[in-house]
Amino acid sequence: MARMTMIEAIRDALDVAMGADPSVVVFGEDVGYFGGVFRCTAGLQAKYGKTRCFDTPINESGIVGAGIGMAAYGLKPVVEIQFADYMYPAYDQIVSEAARLRYRSAGQFTCPMVIRMPTGGGIFGGQTHSQSPEALLTHVTGLKTVVPSNPRDAKGLLLAAIEDPDPVIFMEPKRLYNGPFDGHHDRPVTAWKSHEMGEVPEGHYTVPLGKAVLRRQGRAATVLTYGTMVHVALAAAEESGVDAEVIDLRTLLPLDMEAIVASVNKTGRCLVLHEATLTSGYGAELAALVQAECFWHLEAPVRRVAGWDTPYPHTHEWSYFPGPARVAEALRQLVEVA
Amino acid sequence: METPDPNEYPPLSLAVPEPEVRPGGQPDFSHVAIPRAGTVRRPPVDVDPEEIRDLAFTIIRVLNREGQAVGPWAEALDITPEDLLEGLRHMMTLRIYDARMLNAQRQQKTSFYMQHLGEEAISCAFQRALAPGDMNFPTYRQAGLLIAAGYPLSAMMNQIFSNSEDPMRGRQLPVCYSSREHGFFTISGNLATQFIQAVGWGMASAISGDRKISAAWIGDGSTAESDFHAALVFASTYKAPVVLNIVNNQWAISTFQGIARGGSGTFAARGHGFGIPSLRVDGNDYLAVLAVAKWAAERARRNLGPTLIEYVTYRAGGHSTSDDPSAYRPAEESTAWPLGDPILRLKNHLIALGIWSDDRHAQAEAEILAEITEQQKRAEAIGTLHHGQHPSPADMFEDVYAEMPPHLLKQRHEAGF
Repeated sequence: MARMTMIEAIRDALDVAMGADPSVVVFGEDVGYFGGVFRCTAGLQAKYGKTRCFDTPINESGIVGAGIGMAAYGLKPVVEIQFADYMYPAYDQIVSEAARLRYRSAGQFTCPMVIRMPTGGGIFGGQTHSQSPEALLTHVTGLKTVVPSNPRDAKGLLLAAIEDPDPVIFMEPKRLYNGPFDGHHDRPVTAWKSHEMGEVPEGHYTVPLGKAVLRRQGRAATVLTYGTMVHVALAAAEESGVDAEVIDLRTLLPLDMEAIVASVNKTGRCLVLHEATLTSGYGAELAALVQAECFWHLEAPVRRVAGWDTPYPHTHEWSYFPGPARVAEALRQLVEVA
Repeated sequence: METPDPNEYPPLSLAVPEPEVRPGGQPDFSHVAIPRAGTVRRPPVDVDPEEIRDLAFTIIRVLNREGQAVGPWAEALDITPEDLLEGLRHMMTLRIYDARMLNAQRQQKTSFYMQHLGEEAISCAFQRALAPGDMNFPTYRQAGLLIAAGYPLSAMMNQIFSNSEDPMRGRQLPVCYSSREHGFFTISGNLATQFIQAVGWGMASAISGDRKISAAWIGDGSTAESDFHAALVFASTYKAPVVLNIVNNQWAISTFQGIARGGSGTFAARGHGFGIPSLRVDGNDYLAVLAVAKWAAERARRNLGPTLIEYVTYRAGGHSTSDDPSAYRPAEESTAWPLGDPILRLKNHLIALGIWSDDRHAQAEAEILAEITEQQKRAEAIGTLHHGQHPSPADMFEDVYAEMPPHLLKQRHEAGF
């Protein structure tokens, strides 16, 4: 098995999909000749030609709208929004069109499209290169939303997303592109090549949408999280001394309720963790589901740790980011509830 | 009527435009038609847009190869030697400031920087056509507007270093300045969103019976965004007092301008479908930029409505400090760019006028460098990205709303501030 960064794993998934299926097309801003500002599509234009991997005008609504037209025709577009923060001009196309094509045409027209977007902070990107808008997408029925936390999952989930018959939002935590990041920004960067999840199988495989995975077994509390925060939760579990079970949701919708219920019923305590802002965030959905499904097993109120409800600040990135210290403190408080 | 038989036609194929050269190739700008300076006519400001459609396909130029200012646009310029010297100084200041800040980014004193190399004339000259109270809605490559408006370099540096004196309180990416007082609207960081806001500002001035005008700014690549087209239709319908500026620097990160332009020939020609007078100007010619900006501002002030201007220029540096242009265009392309260097061209003009010399230029460069270095020392003494004094983290929760709602107050306490 080859060791890869998440960038290489995503590129490999696109390569496998394009090689196997001529209907897969890849486009977006700077993705063609240059191969994307994060280089996720590097080499694909040279290999598959410029009508299967190409640069677009800077118009996110156009990128998604054209993708919908192609998907309805029968192609499988995998489009890139350069940063999730640039998604908003495409929101009408995503919400009113991609998500509803199948429903409103009673299945005559469908939208098997993947919309990739780098998400999250940790790179001093300020308010327009750091956001985590997943709740704006999980709120929209008709969409599936995926957030990988490592290269191996990223490749398998992306291939599953491309093969899915419906539109899938594929959010790539950009701080994880080159290595697992546990929130300790002042420590040396770890590379994926020295991490077991950087081992990526060759060729085709899928990680099914809707299946969570247990990253750490524990008895004292359950942490429900995804993306960058998986690594923060693992660090916090070690540092807090709280024997926390960490569940990497991988797919936010469809959601693996079975895995969640099994863990929370066992531990009786639940912490929901995401980098996105707190209010009306995806964590609210998780907390509501956990209290509804696990109420009689809960020994403490479900707790949330999230980004503060402010725009993502530049200088105060590390005061804003829900790092391991905040998560560890929340875990300690969670297990202290009698 | 017979139904067409598609099988009688050859199969379709997709057109994907490509730039003439890529890395490894020889830059060739021979296809860029450049009229001689002084040859393009200057119409009256109340001209019928239909009569000047050709001005969207030519290039208005004032400074010729001998450093002389020639033609009708030059003649209409009411400019003193002091104005010219000041204009040169603004451009030199911007270039030296850029070089210092780029270097500071390499030294990790800031997270990010975007330079103007080759594009200094556009923002520095344009600002001189505005009056106090007018408002620019700039992109991230128009800091010359601030310099020409007299905004302190120290405030700009404090923003770059996100230190405790940063007027934006460390909230914004470096180069996202804002100064209401200097007619510089807060920079968003997203593309094209503010082009339509400039139109709204101008409409507000008209609704209020005021005398202020606004200026919208956008790059060649971002004209593809829907907000650009929204701005054109609003400006056209309401005859808003706004100057709509497109800076065509040939490259949108790695994407050449042909991808955004499509088949229209020029970006200026986009205005024709909206009945907006549209001009194309040499963006590396300080005097041409100033002359055209004054013409457009005059139209806005006389309630004649919007003007669309395309500045033809070249982004000689990377898109930002996160970009390496050698991956997608030949390294020699910027030196092959046929419109020359804006600072050198104005300098040669001043020498031709007999009011400047190489020695005085070198001396001015040294003076500006010394002043900027001195200001930079002071700014760095306050703080840089990872050292010194910064705005309090408690400030992170301010200005989300006029009054902090209870849930934010609770979060601020939870954060320990």
